[in-house]
Amino acid sequence: MSVPASWYLALSAVVFSIGALGVLVRRNVLVMFMCVELMLNAANLALVTFARQLNDIGGEALVFFVLVVAAAEVVVGLGIVVAIFRRRRGTTADDLHLMKG
Amino acid sequence: MSTVVTVVASIGPLAHLAGAGLLGVVSRVDFATFWACAVIVVVGAVGVVVSRNPVHAALMLVMTLFAVAVLFIEQHANFLAAVQVIVYAGAIVVLFLFVIMFLGVDRDEDVNQEPLRGQRILAPVLVVLGLAGVLVLGIGAHWAVGAPSVVGPARGQPGGDVAALGRAVFTVYLFPFEITAGLLVIAVVGAVVLARRPPTAGQDELSVGVPGDQVAGSDGGTAAGTAGEETPAGTDAHATDATGQPGPAGDVGVSPELAGSSEPQPVPQPEPHEVAP
Amino acid sequence: MNLLPSLAGMAAAVTGHLALPHIDYLSILPIMIMLGGAVAIIGWSSLLRRPLDVTWVTSLTVLTATAALTMSLFQWYSVLHSGAHTHIDGAVVMDGFSVLVSVLVTCATFVSAVVGDSWLRREDVRGPEYHVLMLVSASGAMTMGVANDLIVVFLGLEILSIALYVLAAFNPRRAESGEAALKYFVLGAFSSAVFVYGIALVYGATGTSNLPQIADFLARNVALHDGLLLAGLALLLVGFGFKIAAVPFHLWTPDVYQGSPTPVTGFMAAVAKAGGFAALLRVFVSSFHLLRADWQPPVWVLACITLVLGAVVALLQQDIKRMLAYSSINHAGFILLGLQAATARGVEASLYYLFVYSFMVIGTFGVISVVAGRGDRDHGLETYRGLASRQPWLAGALVVLLLAQAGVPFTTGFVAKLEVVTAAVHGGSTALAVVAMVTAAIAAFFYLRVGVLMYTPAQNGTGEDGDMAAALGGAAPSSDDPVLVGVGEAGSITVGALGSAPPVPAGAAFGIALCVVVTVVFGIWPQPLTAFAHHATLVLAP
Repeated sequence: MSVPASWYLALSAVVFSIGALGVLVRRNVLVMFMCVELMLNAANLALVTFARQLNDIGGEALVFFVLVVAAAEVVVGLGIVVAIFRRRRGTTADDLHLMKG
Repeated sequence: MSTVVTVVASIGPLAHLAGAGLLGVVSRVDFATFWACAVIVVVGAVGVVVSRNPVHAALMLVMTLFAVAVLFIEQHANFLAAVQVIVYAGAIVVLFLFVIMFLGVDRDEDVNQEPLRGQRILAPVLVVLGLAGVLVLGIGAHWAVGAPSVVGPARGQPGGDVAALGRAVFTVYLFPFEITAGLLVIAVVGAVVLARRPPTAGQDELSVGVPGDQVAGSDGGTAAGTAGEETPAGTDAHATDATGQPGPAGDVGVSPELAGSSEPQPVPQPEPHEVAP
Repeated sequence: MNLLPSLAGMAAAVTGHLALPHIDYLSILPIMIMLGGAVAIIGWSSLLRRPLDVTWVTSLTVLTATAALTMSLFQWYSVLHSGAHTHIDGAVVMDGFSVLVSVLVTCATFVSAVVGDSWLRREDVRGPEYHVLMLVSASGAMTMGVANDLIVVFLGLEILSIALYVLAAFNPRRAESGEAALKYFVLGAFSSAVFVYGIALVYGATGTSNLPQIADFLARNVALHDGLLLAGLALLLVGFGFKIAAVPFHLWTPDVYQGSPTPVTGFMAAVAKAGGFAALLRVFVSSFHLLRADWQPPVWVLACITLVLGAVVALLQQDIKRMLAYSSINHAGFILLGLQAATARGVEASLYYLFVYSFMVIGTFGVISVVAGRGDRDHGLETYRGLASRQPWLAGALVVLLLAQAGVPFTTGFVAKLEVVTAAVHGGSTALAVVAMVTAAIAAFFYLRVGVLMYTPAQNGTGEDGDMAAALGGAAPSSDDPVLVGVGEAGSITVGALGSAPPVPAGAAFGIALCVVVTVVFGIWPQPLTAFAHHATLVLAP
């Protein structure tokens, strides 16, 4: 008998919340991206756990697609960061002040 | 081990979730693996959020990702565990680290600065409420209640989970698999667009009103721009920018952008901590 | 047609190979054309030494969009004659709803391509990437329209969004453009992660991510403890809420609309909303119809605050793009009315609203793009003072499009608002319908403010009070003192916006004219479009 699925799911909910908290409180854009990755990983962990629980390969296939999306998203996101900040040292969201709000 | 058990018992809902009887049945190895990894995952996740240095945050992220990979193996998702290590830890985090180093932003952040008043207080409250909601709802429910093996069984297949995953991806999930091509097209085109040099100030009226010390820089920029293409010289100029070398080449990019902003504002002088390499 | 899969199945049984699902290409042909066109354009331009001329790229994009539109109409005939079907192992569906979304998105791409052409020439941006990204982004929105599986919805959403992040950053001369992209990206990625977690929870609760199978599971099983499912549903709603800019999740909208290049803003407002709402309607109304008692109250609240906040905050804006951003939030509230009704009629009304709104908003941002001048910078409301005397046609077009957004009769906007409000009343949400009509009245005020400002001669005094006094006091320019007019012209030159009144570029003029024609013609003669929308029902909608 392996560890119950509910433990994994509780862990995944905790990691998701930590990631969401990080996106909301951190100002460094790169760290905010990393927190988004944490949230995606929490979702992946939940999907794998459900797949095991339901004995269904579908959940694992979904993880596969989430991985692809995460990779594409990071490429473009870091591209935007580099495009903006390669001449402005510092990647905090505080630097974004040209528009009010 | 006994301390771990008491910790578990003290987390009332989880122990309740597991069912008191289950604790004795769970194999010790699985149990130890889960808790070791869970601790690493949570410590790493907290580390990403609280570390002031982006490099430390990235390393904490790697720690979390590896522990999640172990949890994948623990749940018989061997292929995904490998992909997790190769793609996440091997590609994505390395990309993060590369960008951190490229931009030269591996310095500590002043975490106490707060742009939105009250956000620091409001955000944790909201997140804790959300977490509590998910946990309460989930505890009220039996976590996984869905129909079993809709796409196909994950275990006991010839070829293991890799074969089962392959079958699923090329049958039920064929269209999503194909449409990821669109994502990759965007990633390539987007990277090309974003990596392109912005037009230099000399070609635009935006340079009007920029102080005189920018002239040398904009001349250099125009020279690079008239070459027409992505010359290595232009790339080098940016590389030196990024490493934090002060000088006219470092200013040319900043001032046209800010001079072109909608709100009239003086060209900001670089702050001392920005100039210092 | 049935022969192929059985043959493949036999082959699989004999050789032990994988039985690939039968692919009905017609169902995904518009998406393939858009993606293929994008790849062809970028591939061709990469073979040339010099950047491809903008004329070529625009022509090819228009051609691609037209081809995809034609294929969508073929799909329409197929759906009318042989009914709606799911294809490719249930991953996509071809029904009236998906066809209308395809038509909408291809039309929006067509118009955005010609409007963007003028912007690219003015800003001297070379290369095909703008149009390529637009085509790929549109294919993402179309994927969301045909999606019959939550993971296909998610992939479509990401294709749509990631291309839009890059497009938002497209103007290298404006720092705001990059900032807008970054804000859009951070909040978009956050909402995507929330959405994925929602998918995970729904998958755990139902055992599948396929929309009809979810509906089937819910119909056959009565969940005693459906907390997990409801949590997943809530997270999906939050994820969609970010994409359609519903109010607690709208924070990115004003900044992104203001910072992005203006044609991109129009495209974003039309296509991102269309894709987001298409998936939202399909997921909630068809899959989770049985749970509507659970999701209707939150959507009611969401629609209510979206309507009110969008209309009220738009009143306070001094930048026309920010004003239209809040107005688009108000429109999102109207479209939510159709979702809240959760009936076939509501779905039709929402789709019709999306369809006509996309023309209005692309046309409006086309005019703004022309007025903004080189550098895409003049977006203050003061820029529009006296526009009618400088560029009467442009001002006339803007007035028509703004009146349509306000919902004035004899425009498509009126019919759209009427349809959603009627659907809400029939769905039993009379209070929400009343709120919607009140906010429409508030919204009419700020649309009219721009309209009146354009027909007010330019003056030196700049300020909200003088502005309003002029708007309320001297609406007719002809009654003004000639001396004042002279001062006004001098003032307009000192403002420096469009003193010389450059001619409207051909591409933008064509695009704007097309939008105005659609808005007026189908406003006066609404039957064809409403009939079209009437057939655009979800395959599973009750």
